[in-house]
Parts: sequence; structure tokens; C-alpha cells
Amino acid sequence: MALSGMRGLSVFISDVRNCQNKDQERLRVDKELGNIRTRFKNEKGLSPYEKKKYVWKMLYIYMLGYDVDFGHMEAVSLISAPKYPEKQVGYIVTSCLLNENHDFLRLAINTVRNDIIGRNETFQCLALTMVGNIGGRDFAESLAPDVQKLLISSSCRPLVRKKAALCLLRLFRKNPDVVNVDGWVDRMAQLLDERDLGVLTSSMSLLVALVSNNHEAYWSCLPKCVKTLERLARNQDIPQEYTYYGIPSPWLQVKTMRALQYFPTIEDPNTRRSLFEVLQRILMGTDVVKNVNKNNASHAVLFEALALVMHLDAEKEMMSQCVALLGKFIAVREPNIRYLGLENMTRMLLVTDVQDIIKRHQAQIITSLKDPDISIRRRALDLLYGMCDITNAKDIVEELLQYLSTAEFAMREELSLKAAILAEKFAPDLSWYVDVILQLIDKAGDFVSDDIWFRVVQFVTNNEDLQPYAAAKAREYLDKPAIHETMVKVSAYLLGEFGHLLARRPGCSPKELFSIIHEKLPTVPSSTIPILLSTYAKILMHTQPPDPELQNQIWGIFNKYESCIDAEIQQRAVEYHALSRKGASLMDILAEMPKFPERQSALIKKAEDTEVDTAEQSAIKLRTQQQTSSALVVTDQRPANGTPSGIQLSLVKVPSMSINEDHNMAEQGLSHENGILSKVDPQTPSADLLGDLLGPLAIEGPPGTDVQSQQNIVSGLENVPNTVEAAAIVPVEEQTNSIQPIGSIAERFHALCLKDSGVLYEDPYIQIGIKAEWRGHQGRVVLFLGNKNTSPLVSVHAIILPPSHLKIELSLVPDTIPPRAQVQCPLEVVNLRPSRDVAVLDFSYKFGNNMVNAKLRLPAVLNKFLHPISVSADEFFPQWRSLSGPPLKLQEVVRGVRPMPLLDMANLFNSFRLMVSPGLDPNPNNLVASTTYYSESTMAMLCLVRIETDPADRTQLRMTVASGDPTLTFELKEFIKEQLVSIPTASRAPMPATPAPPIPQPTSPAAALTDPGAMLAGLL
Amino acid sequence: MGIRFILMVNKQGQTRLAQYYEYLTIEERRALEGEIVRKCLARNEQQCSFVEHRNYKIVYRRYASLFFLVGVDNEENELAILEFIHLLVETMDRHFGNVCELDIMFHLEKAHFMLEEMVMNGCIVETSKSNILAPIQLMDKA
Repeated sequence: MALSGMRGLSVFISDVRNCQNKDQERLRVDKELGNIRTRFKNEKGLSPYEKKKYVWKMLYIYMLGYDVDFGHMEAVSLISAPKYPEKQVGYIVTSCLLNENHDFLRLAINTVRNDIIGRNETFQCLALTMVGNIGGRDFAESLAPDVQKLLISSSCRPLVRKKAALCLLRLFRKNPDVVNVDGWVDRMAQLLDERDLGVLTSSMSLLVALVSNNHEAYWSCLPKCVKTLERLARNQDIPQEYTYYGIPSPWLQVKTMRALQYFPTIEDPNTRRSLFEVLQRILMGTDVVKNVNKNNASHAVLFEALALVMHLDAEKEMMSQCVALLGKFIAVREPNIRYLGLENMTRMLLVTDVQDIIKRHQAQIITSLKDPDISIRRRALDLLYGMCDITNAKDIVEELLQYLSTAEFAMREELSLKAAILAEKFAPDLSWYVDVILQLIDKAGDFVSDDIWFRVVQFVTNNEDLQPYAAAKAREYLDKPAIHETMVKVSAYLLGEFGHLLARRPGCSPKELFSIIHEKLPTVPSSTIPILLSTYAKILMHTQPPDPELQNQIWGIFNKYESCIDAEIQQRAVEYHALSRKGASLMDILAEMPKFPERQSALIKKAEDTEVDTAEQSAIKLRTQQQTSSALVVTDQRPANGTPSGIQLSLVKVPSMSINEDHNMAEQGLSHENGILSKVDPQTPSADLLGDLLGPLAIEGPPGTDVQSQQNIVSGLENVPNTVEAAAIVPVEEQTNSIQPIGSIAERFHALCLKDSGVLYEDPYIQIGIKAEWRGHQGRVVLFLGNKNTSPLVSVHAIILPPSHLKIELSLVPDTIPPRAQVQCPLEVVNLRPSRDVAVLDFSYKFGNNMVNAKLRLPAVLNKFLHPISVSADEFFPQWRSLSGPPLKLQEVVRGVRPMPLLDMANLFNSFRLMVSPGLDPNPNNLVASTTYYSESTMAMLCLVRIETDPADRTQLRMTVASGDPTLTFELKEFIKEQLVSIPTASRAPMPATPAPPIPQPTSPAAALTDPGAMLAGLL
Repeated sequence: MGIRFILMVNKQGQTRLAQYYEYLTIEERRALEGEIVRKCLARNEQQCSFVEHRNYKIVYRRYASLFFLVGVDNEENELAILEFIHLLVETMDRHFGNVCELDIMFHLEKAHFMLEEMVMNGCIVETSKSNILAPIQLMDKA
């Protein structure tokens, strides 16, 4: 075996390999490290060959997992070696051993730069690679221009340029300013015309990074990506070397489709058509083949195409193909395909309309939950979690519970959290919810976080109907021989509060309850004992008339714990003991807990927060549950000024803390909060809900109770570290529309008149997006109501005020939008007859105390029912002549037109779907356009438009509109006039030509012309 | 970012090559490699080639006694990475002629040179075998 010319290195590697155990290996490695250290000390005698050999040994040792804390200088110094072999080692080992912040790297910047700007290609490659792998900010600042130059240099060979592309990608990530320079966008677009697939592959990665940062700037790259994809899919001009098992570079295909997923939509119809053709071919043309590698490669492309189709969400037909494919994939034997099928189906949940189809596969997905492969089980769990809604919650949650008993430990925590969340969000009834959580605690107590049982207690406390049921259930679990500590806590708590509701049932007398709970006391850790003591106190209070025997027993226990070393237990024992001797006043103080202020589930919040970090930043974002949940999802009336995570600040607003007879729940909470204000440490981040649960214990006193004494008790109980989310309580009067929209509503509307998707309205709390599809006289508009907060938006109302010519059906808008969720509300629009009137969406919601109301015009405007049609001269003129004169043909001289070049006007017409036919009118100052209008009354109707402009005065023109319907002719004429007279600036964006400088409109027609109509007529 | 690391580990769990595209301290590497190797080596042929671990997804493939493990983030196409592993193996095959664990072990530097030509900064830079091997052949001739 040729030992790569470094004998010492090979000997060392064999020595290590022959070591019998880890200790021997360590000895050998230590010896070698000692050796290298000595050799490096007297560097003078070291030949470049030796240096190289030792540096490789260091890398080998490092790879074995031993720290190498010296010799970095030697590695870096090799970079400046004059010969290639040493230089190469220097670069490679440096990028393996050092991180970007290492001081030594800075020393090498100059050498690296010289290599990059030098003439030696191989040196350039080495330097670019190292900078691409570990270059930091310093490198970005000093090298970016050089790297950019190399990337676009025509004299540079592909092998250098492909590295320059990825090097620039790194530098851009370290310092985005280095790329966002003038003209770079065009350069990037040029790069995508590259023939060399190596350069193209790395340029595509660069594009992905740039586009994900700012897709609008790189709009011009979109058609190029589609071209590249076409080139690959058609196998045009692809060298054999880049074909992998007959497939033209699957990696580049995948990367290109990934890049396309960063553009929100594809507006240009031609590009769109080409892309859909390619995608269609991939979807339909990918067959299962015998060769594993070929199969994998073609399916890699297929899955990426699926993702892209889902992202574009445009072609109904293709979407259903995708769903069908995925449905097939999740049932195949091949585990990789099954895994990816489940994964992609989870992404698919983001798309409207397909949830129901996915639900058909529920049984298959549940089977995957039992797959022997944990990777597949995880995907199945995620998918079930995502597809769960109120209709299937029972089935899914019960499956999860069943699986919990057999699941491995690695999955139990996630499983129980997800089951708990689903149960809470989609419970068909509350008793089911209680059942689920108790089962959860029973089966996987160790994995049920405190949040979960706190939540049950909150629900039970707040729902009187539920209390006897929950208490009875808790009592049942206590009969089990060995129960989890959490079960002890929750049952003790529930029975303390509501045990008296069971008094008539067998085995539920106060005495019996006490003894069965007390049985558990020796088995629980001291952190649970305070809860048991509270329960005893409550049992005592509920025992009326008092039972002396029970009383003595419990007092005995209190007595015992009065000297407990644990301060919390001791304090409770002392206080409960003293209180319970007071007789009747005990009743007041230990009365039932007041209802909890409604708040967001800590669980859901937790789940969301963890999702946010890992969520993919590409276009497909994880859907937070979009269905409105049942009554269980509770609001978090956080102050609207956006105080971060429930801190007591809002308490300042409280007008008075006197307790009135009719005080509401919130105020109770408040007075309590005031009592303990000084004790609360707002810095404590974790919500200890134990304190939360026990906190308001002493509040519900009758009016006139000595506030001071209450506070004493409260502060006694509040020794538990406490961060009550008091922000939930803000009884300040409601304010209306103190919230300002972001961006101009009018501009957004005008922009949406010309395109089919975008943002209709946005304010700090909500974003309303819109996406529309128009087919003939019908349209389907989806409103995306996105809650931007971590707390829900409530009292959401949306009413459509349609004009008489539109029939609009709005599907049900949920009353609550869960935190960070997006709710989709589809609207069906039918156009009855021509009219320019606009539908209005009356939208309101409540956030905290802010009532926000917005009246928004819906972009279901006249031009949406137009369909551009190109008409030849042979068709145009007979039609034009046959529609002679009013009311079918109307002519008007329009003044005060916003001046613009004819080309811009043509673009404007095209943008609202009037197709301009250039050259049809022999006069170059005129413009002729045609379109078809769809409505129920007119059906499809051809409309013809002619604009005659005066090159001498662009502020006026003569317009003639003709169609087979008088109303349509009139409405279309007025519509076009509106567009010409005041063109909103926002609508200019899609126009490619540079707009004319905005000139203030003349208030009166140009005075110089006495009769513009006559002048225009003269031009004809 | 894409590829976060590439590991080659034999079935005894010994690392034969490790290339990271994000900086981890040696302790973090040791822990990560230990966890991943334990997870992946315990899997059988009927299970899929993807393992989720922490924030990574590990795409792995076994060739005789050697496991190739590639850690990726959410931005990667799993099957494309799986075939990229095979491309790497084919490239090594072309150079070493039926590559085996010992080739990689004793020619660590060449394995590194090849990887360096194929992946940069976590992105695939070249997929043509002759382009990948060109610099190494140049060196061998020299």
C-alpha cells in the first residue's frame, strides 16, 4: 500500500489502530503529542515536509477526539509556504482546527488575500475554500470585493469561480452589507446564465441565501431559475459528467427548486407556464425503478417538486396530484419514501382545502405511529398533531394515549405534551379533557410537566359542572395501589376543593377522603406535602358539623409539621392549625378558590415557542393549529401596549383596591395581587403555577373582611416562588381604534387591484393577507387572518358589505384567533352584472382592551372579471364598426390625465387585464386594447377600447369604449378613466418601465387649447 | 446553510473522518459523535436512512463496515444528500479503486482533498467526478 509518502504518519495511524483499548490509545496519542510539541519548539530544524507530516498528525489526533491546543501557529504558517503541497495542508488543516474568531487567522489575512488576487489558480482555490469555510467578519470586510470580482470575471476559469460563489455566500452571511451593492442583482442574474454546472450549482446556493434575505430585489432571477430547471429537466446541454444515473444533476435541480420556493408567487404568465410544465413532467414522469441510486435521485427531485407545487398552491389539479402521490408514499414499503411522505404531508397541512383529503389517510398514519422505526413514528406523530381538529381529536388523542404505554422514553415527553395540548384545544367536552389528562398522568407521570396538571385544575375550578365529575375521577385513581406523585398532587387538590360535592357517594365521606389521601403522604417527596396540608385544611372546613375525631387527627398532623425543617411546610402547618381553631372564620378564609383569570395555556405557549426557533425560514411555515379551538382556548388579556410576558406593570393602572360587593373576578385577582405586590419578583422567568394555584386562596372573603389579615395569609402562602401572570388582569376601560395600521390601507388596496395576492391590512397585532383566484365571473378569495402575537385575538368579527352586483359568501370567521396562528377564511364571489362599486370588509377584533375596527375595501373590482384577449385586426375592425355609437359605444375626452409615456400607459392597461394590441392602430400615438368581461348577466363579453393621445399634451386624451352591453360600456369607460386620472403610486410598482416624474395635476384643462376634442379629431 | 457535518465511522464506532461546517468545541464534537453513532449504528436495514437528533437530521448510509453520516438542517433535501453520499463513495472508488475503510484511514489527506472539492461552507460545490479528482491527480503526477 502506498502510504501517501508520509511514512511517519502511516506508522502513527497503524499504531493507534493496533491499540487494544482506549487507555493504550491515549498513551500513544499523548506520546505523539509530546513528540510533536518538542519538534515544533525548535522549529528551525524542521523541513516543510516534516512540518506537513506533524500537522496531519495533529489533525488525525483531533479527529479522534483529543484536544490539540498547540501547533495552530505552525498550521497557519504553512499557508504562506511557497509550494503547493505545504500550502494545501496549511489551508485545510487550519480550516479544520480553528474557528473563525481565532486570533491567528487575522495574521493570515494578508497571505490569503495575496493568494486570492494572485495569478495561481490552485492557490486561489485553496484560499477561497478556507475563507468560505471559516472566514469571519474581518475577512468579509477585507476580501469581499476581490471575491466578487473573481466570481464575475470572464477571464477566470469555472474551477475558481464556483469557489468564489460559495466564498461570497459565507462573507455575505457574516456581513450582509458586502453584497448588497449597486448592480449586484444584475450580476447575480447574469451568473445564472452560466453554462458550467459547477459554477451554476454554487451560484444557486448563493442565490438561495440572497433571496431568503430579500426576495424582492432578486425578482429578475426568477425566470432564470425556471430556465435552468427547464434545461436540466429536458437534459439540454448537460455534460455526461453531471448526469447521475441518467438524471441531469439532481442536486442542482433540487437547489433550483429550493430557490424558487423563496419567491412568493410567479406573476409572469410565460414563466409560470414553463415552470408548471416542468413540474408536471416531474410529478407524472417519476417512476419507481429497480436501481436504488437512480430511484433515490429521481425521488429527491420529485419531493422537491412537490414542495414547490405546494408552495405555489396555484394549480388545483396539480395540488390534488400531489396529495394523491403523498397518500401513495405514506403507504409504501420503502422506509425512506414513507418517511418523506409523512414529512411532506405535514407541510401540506398548510395549504387550504386539503385537510379533508389528508384526513382520509388517518388510519394509515396511525399505523405509522406503530412503525418499528422511531424516525417514522416521529413524523407520524407530528402529522397527527398537525391534522388534529375538533372532528378527529377524540380518535387521535386516544391513539396517542394508547401508544404512550409502549412508546420509548425518547418520545414520551413529546407525546404527552402533544396529547395534552390537543386534548385542551379540541376537547369536544370538558369531562373528556379531564379523562385524558388524568390518564396521561397515570400512564406517563414522569413526563407530564406541572403545567399540564395546573391546567386541569384551572379548568375544573372555572367550570362548575365539571367539578363533581373531576373529583369523582380523582377519587377513583386514589384507589390504585401505586400512583404517581403528580397524580397524588392533582387528586389531593381536586378533592380538597371539590371533595365535599361527593359527600353522599360511598367512600367519599370527609373521613374516608382524608384517610385515603393521607395514606399517600409517606410516599411523596416534601414538595408535595404542602398541597396535602392545604387539602386537609379544606376537608376540615367542609366537614360540617365538625367531626371531633377527624379534627384531632388533622390537628395532630399540623402539630407534627409545625416543627418541620422545610419552611414552607412549617408555615402552612402553623397557619392552618391556627386558622382551623378559629371556627367560623375558617369558612371565609379557606372558601373555594375563585375562578382563575382566563389566560393562555402555558403549554401551548411552550409548544409554540419551541416551534419558532426550529421553524424553517422558507416559504412554507409550520401551521400553528388553524382551527378555532373549542371553548378551551382561553384568552390572555394582556395589556395592549405589549408589556412583555406578564409582569406586574399593569397593576399601576388600578384605580382603587377597595373591594366592592359586585367586584368581578378580575378585581379579586387584582386586590390579591396588590397585596403581594412587593413579594413578586418579576424577573423570575418560569411560571411557578403552584403559587399561582394557591395564591388567590384567601381572597374570597365577604365584603368587609379585614384586608390586613388576608394579606398576612396570602404572604404566608406566597413564599413559594411566584410569578403570577398578573398581566392577565387589566380592568381598564375599553379603547377603540387606538391602534394604527402599518402602511397605507389605500395603497395596499390599489396594489391588490392589480395583483392577486398580498397584504390587505396590517397593524401591530394582525395581518390580513389576501389571495384570490378569478375564473370568469366567479372568484375565490381567501383571507388570511394572521395573529402576530403570543396571545389570542378575541371577538373577531368580519362582515362583508357587498354592493348589489356582487354575491359574496364569507365562510365562518372564528371568534378567536389563537396566538401566532393564521386562520384562513375563504370567500366565494359571484359577479352578477357590471359595476364599479366596491365590496367592503367590516373587520373588528379585540386585543386586550383595544377594540380595533377597520373598514377595508376588498379588491374584488371590475378588472378582476376581465380576461385579456388578443384580437387581430381582422377581428377588431368588424366588431368595432358593428358597435356603432351610444349606448354601446361611448366616447369621451378625458382631461387632467396623469401624464405618462405611451408605453407606461400600455403597461398600465395590461396590468388591469386590458390587452393592448400594438400596431393595430396605424397612428403610433394611439392605443387599442381588448378584453373579455365576465358577469352573470353579460356572460363573456368582448370589450374594445381605443385611446387617442395628443403627443403635445399628455394631460388629455380621447377614449372610446365599446361593448355589447350599455352598462358595461359605461362602467368600463368610467373605470379606465379613474385609472388614468389618478394613478395610485403603489400600482406603478409592477411596471417595468421607469415611471414619468410625478407632475402635479393641473386643476383645469390646459388653457391653451380651446377645443381639445377638435384637436384630437384632427389627429385622426 | 445545508450540510453541517460529514462523518465516517466504522461499525465499532471509531471515527475515520470528521468534517464540520460549523464550529463545535472538541467536547461538543465528542458528545455529538457519540450520540449519533449510538443512534445510527443500532438501526437495521429495514429502517429509513434518516435520524432526527437535536436540531439536526442525520442522513446516513452504510457501506460494508463503514458508515457515512451527514448532518443537515431543515434546508436540505434528504434523498439528495443520501445520493450525495453515494457520489462521494463512487468518487473515492474511482480514485482508490474499490475504496475501503483502510484507504480512508491511511489516506486521510486525500479523503479531505476530495471532500474539499465537493462541499464548501456546507453547500455542494461540485458533482462531476473528474472535476473533483482533477487537483488530486495533478498532485499525484507532480
